Amino acid sequence: MAEALVAGRALPPLALPPLSRATLALYAGGSGDHVPLHIDAAFAKAAGYPDVFMHGMLGMAYLGRLVTTWLPARRLREIGGRFVAITYPGEVLTARGTVVDVDAGGRARISLTLTNAEGEAKLTGFAVVDPFEEPAP
Amino acid sequence: MIDRTHIGRTWPSWEVEVEKGRLRLLAKAIGEIRPEYTDEAAARAAGYRSIVAPATYAYCLRDDDPRGLAYLEDMGIPVSRLLHGEEHITIHEPICAGDRVRVTRRVKDIYSKKNGALEFVAWELTVDAVSDGRPLARSESILVVRNG
Repeated sequence: MAEALVAGRALPPLALPPLSRATLALYAGGSGDHVPLHIDAAFAKAAGYPDVFMHGMLGMAYLGRLVTTWLPARRLREIGGRFVAITYPGEVLTARGTVVDVDAGGRARISLTLTNAEGEAKLTGFAVVDPFEEPAP
Repeated sequence: MIDRTHIGRTWPSWEVEVEKGRLRLLAKAIGEIRPEYTDEAAARAAGYRSIVAPATYAYCLRDDDPRGLAYLEDMGIPVSRLLHGEEHITIHEPICAGDRVRVTRRVKDIYSKKNGALEFVAWELTVDAVSDGRPLARSESILVVRNG
């Protein structure tokens, strides 16, 4: 299915369930990031945080899902961003994206944001995607 | 204060056999249910070698280093003071289950702000195919060390 890459086009948002400790534990296992700040509340408190908090890369994975739900995985060439705020269990995140510009070759840059229900930005990022490849005749 | 002589440092590369089960678990953890991320037949039908790794998987290969977090200890960075500041992943080709990849870590830069209260380490992780050395992905990370 061809998706028109046009500047200003908004991707369908990705609404996520409230962040749970179970998700953090599962992500620690799946990602291999076993840093205890994300899964051990006593360790997080001793380090000066009120509680465990989300792995930044779980947030970026949600931004990746937003893009690869819209376009096939092979068209995603770059994804990146800045982690601007910490996310704690119970927060409700939404990933959003908008096509910013499309170059002459059809490669598009998409701006991405991950925000909580109060509108606080957690992650501001971008993706670069390849143009649609026409199937061989 | 992190010793600036670590700038440019590399560590011994490590090889990873990308496993289906690991990719399925990662997909489950991030809520990814599209079939090419979990089902081999569906992934092949979509034109991939096997189950596709999620976009951010290149970063995860960092944690398959057989020496674990020893590279942080090598630099005197306590994990309790570490935060992820920025990330930039470049995908040359989607990584798939069954791939054998070689991962190499390098320190690109170290700098500080706020009179040293915050230090920044810029890392680069490159992921290449073991079979022919072709580049698959790169993960560029800026990690923040809170000294305050």
